[in-house]
Amino acid sequence: MINKFKIETIVNDKKYTKIIEPRLLASDFIRDNLNLTGTHVGCEHGVCGSCTIKIDGVTSRSCLKFAVQLHGKKVETVESLNSNPQKMLILKTFKKFHALQCGFCTPGFLITVDELIENEKFQSEKEIRKALSGNLCRCTGYENIIKAVLELIKIRNKK
Amino acid sequence: MNNESKKYIGKNVLRFEDDRLLSGKGVYTSDLNFPDQLHLCFLRSDTAHGKIISINKDKAEKLKGIHGIYTHEDFKDVPPIKSPSRMKNYYATNQNILCVDKVRYVGEPIAVIVADNRYIAEDAIELVEVEIENLEPVINVKDSIKSNSAILHNEIKSNTILERTFNKGDIKFERDEKVLSVKNNFTMTRKSPVSMETRSYVCNIDKINDALTLYSSSQVPGVIKDALCQFLKIPGNKLNVVAPDVGGGFGGKASLYPEEIITALLCQKFKRPIKWTSDRFEDLMSTSQGFEEIMEVELFFKSSGDFIGLFGNIFGDVGSYSIYPWTAALEPMQVAGFLQGPYKIDNFNVNVKCVVTNKPPTGPYRGVGRPAAVFAIERLIDIASKKLKIDPAKLRLQNMIDKKDFPYKIGSGIVWDKAGFKNCLKSALKIIKYKKFKKINNKNNKNWIGIGIASYGELTGIGSKISVAPGMPLNTGTETGIIEIDSTGSISATFGIASHGQGLETTLAQIIAEMLGARPEDIKINQGNTSFIKHGTGTYASRSAAIAGSVAIKSSKKLKQQIIKVASHIFETNKKNIHVNEGFIFEKNTNKKISFHELARAVYSDMETLPIKLRKPLIALETYDPIFGATTTATHIAVVEIDSETYKIKIKDYVVSEDCGKVINPMIVDGQVHGGVAQGIGAALYEELKYDESGQLQTATLADYLLPTTCEVPNIKIEHIEKFLPDNLGKFKGMGEGGTIGSVAAIANAVSNAISHLNIEITELPISRDKLYNLIKSGAK
Repeated sequence: MINKFKIETIVNDKKYTKIIEPRLLASDFIRDNLNLTGTHVGCEHGVCGSCTIKIDGVTSRSCLKFAVQLHGKKVETVESLNSNPQKMLILKTFKKFHALQCGFCTPGFLITVDELIENEKFQSEKEIRKALSGNLCRCTGYENIIKAVLELIKIRNKK
Repeated sequence: MNNESKKYIGKNVLRFEDDRLLSGKGVYTSDLNFPDQLHLCFLRSDTAHGKIISINKDKAEKLKGIHGIYTHEDFKDVPPIKSPSRMKNYYATNQNILCVDKVRYVGEPIAVIVADNRYIAEDAIELVEVEIENLEPVINVKDSIKSNSAILHNEIKSNTILERTFNKGDIKFERDEKVLSVKNNFTMTRKSPVSMETRSYVCNIDKINDALTLYSSSQVPGVIKDALCQFLKIPGNKLNVVAPDVGGGFGGKASLYPEEIITALLCQKFKRPIKWTSDRFEDLMSTSQGFEEIMEVELFFKSSGDFIGLFGNIFGDVGSYSIYPWTAALEPMQVAGFLQGPYKIDNFNVNVKCVVTNKPPTGPYRGVGRPAAVFAIERLIDIASKKLKIDPAKLRLQNMIDKKDFPYKIGSGIVWDKAGFKNCLKSALKIIKYKKFKKINNKNNKNWIGIGIASYGELTGIGSKISVAPGMPLNTGTETGIIEIDSTGSISATFGIASHGQGLETTLAQIIAEMLGARPEDIKINQGNTSFIKHGTGTYASRSAAIAGSVAIKSSKKLKQQIIKVASHIFETNKKNIHVNEGFIFEKNTNKKISFHELARAVYSDMETLPIKLRKPLIALETYDPIFGATTTATHIAVVEIDSETYKIKIKDYVVSEDCGKVINPMIVDGQVHGGVAQGIGAALYEELKYDESGQLQTATLADYLLPTTCEVPNIKIEHIEKFLPDNLGKFKGMGEGGTIGSVAAIANAVSNAISHLNIEITELPISRDKLYNLIKSGAK
């Protein structure tokens, strides 16, 4: 019999209290227990980046974390971007530049881009490519994603 | 199509799919959960070739949360998957949904566990004891064809399950001293399609109607439905196959899999929703794999450079089974089919063997056969150009089929027509500024620069006269489109296709809006659902925009006639005075105007405006079959730079000049090219499914099977040539695969060019850094 743990976590500004098994992955917790299926699972070994979320403002691979590690933390998933006008710009720009095709890897890219727009000072294409090299996309060949991020950085720098 | 100025076709309409996909509201199969749902997990073989001695599930069955563990014994009346073909010398394999007696590849499903959740199911796997007696594993194709090789399928008695020779012209043409040739053996290794969404199936039961709905991450819900009805022994009206949002496919989700049959069978048995989602490890070892052939080819030519003959032997490693529905013929036969490319060659003799080995089945992967074929022929042309001391671009132009030669039948029987072969090549040379690369001498440079060209021809949007795989008894050439206006005036259009990233909800809406006089955003495209349409297959083989796009035109035209007929009665005017635009119907030269909503009210609801005979539902249902296919072509040119100290290969510049006929949405077409080229870069430089001599997969994670990242894929310069329009209604050619078809060879040629001072030719892909190091180190050719 596996001992269960009670965790309290704030996900997208909403407080959740759940009783879970310690072995439950954070990615499965978010998808199956909280029904936030925008976070996708692409490899479950931390390579593809589709499951990227923010924990206390920092990007993290939710497939490499256990749900219990979210206890007492503030979590943001792709669903949070839609409710924030500033972050909605990321979504709009991805659409404008056709930076997604099947859309499966997209949530991971959006969360990663959100972090780098907020925190990183760089602006060259080379730096952006390096910063996004931890997220795999099989459809777009990345070019339009890079163009979208360049545009977002341009807009940010104007402010 | 009429020639009025185009409002939507050819325009960068932003995708209607994007809002839901960007906000996390897309619904992929694994996002679905139903009350009372059970989960599956598969116990897979860890042995490549072996006899099952015993399976002991006693301990595992006692685990709390386990609802059942099933082996072949429990599915005795389920027939094996068998992929038929009309081809001579073809033997279909028997692929049981769970292994019977024998295992034939590492990863083959042996048992299925039904549990409360995936975690518990995986606990149970550990407790099932399987004893397998090892048989001699047959891992490579050249061993497999030997007379003393172990046999995979005893009932077939040979590991070569299909053989065919393509002949044209004189195979014994005179070979005097004036006839030169170049000969080489090329190897294309095995790849994985790696869609970012792994395969997933959820089957739900409607207990009132005793009907099943299978949600599947499939590219081909229509094919799956037709096949599943046989396995489930139920009529089609008791089964619906739905492909919701699908996270990429690239061919890997275009076949029938044991797991989806089992998911449906268990849903039928338990009368509860059943779910299975593959993990990446399973995906890399059980989703259909791509390519893998050895190509021994020889190109004959005159000293003038004119090509005379192309001879060869293709050995296709098709893995353990002939995949349904495409058969083992699909990949290796297409290598021979397209080997000649866009060149005039009178004499052609190519033998193809499709050979089974103890590896997972191969199936369609973006490009199918053509990336390998183009790699071989385009490499041979570059090698020939060295021998002849003729510039490779010039040698290609000299031998390329000219527009005055159309229609031109190549050695394999494929007919090229209405394609800008030379236009694409010339355009690409111009964009890359080819002349400036002529003086490159890498001998004393730290970084070696190389340029590589690849031109190809491809058959897309093919109709019923040509099978996607030769001899396959499945009609992939027709598409039905239903366009209707309902009582509220809203427009729906329904097709048998299954979009999985191509943006077909947008491009088809553009076409219908153009033809009907509506706004694209007002048109709902229904697809990926077999209950919508009586027959359909899905999206594969670069068919959907070309064929569904064409039937969209046909149905729209018919519906528009109906709209005009009704409107002319309402306006009491001649039909030719009716004009439809942006969802409104006008009488020309007056201010009379009604909306689609008002039109629909008149037809369906108000009972007064129209006579009974005009109150017919506003529906047009048409079927379209282009009969033959459209010739798509492109030239790719890659410029690479190799660091002579680290052997790191960097792509410095990349051009694609392509002819996909009429472009519906340039933004989407460019996106397809980008993604296709990225996969070609992977195939050429990084990706390889490596199996050791015992048949164990050595690259079973994405840390071992390397996909190109943002740092490996360059920006691509794209030019569209829209001068050679095909015969189909929309003048569209398919273009989903071309990016991969051209890029593999262009990069191989560029790398060879960069190391030409070392007198080394690239003959095997991927050319990874360690392979390049070993090649240079050994000085081997």
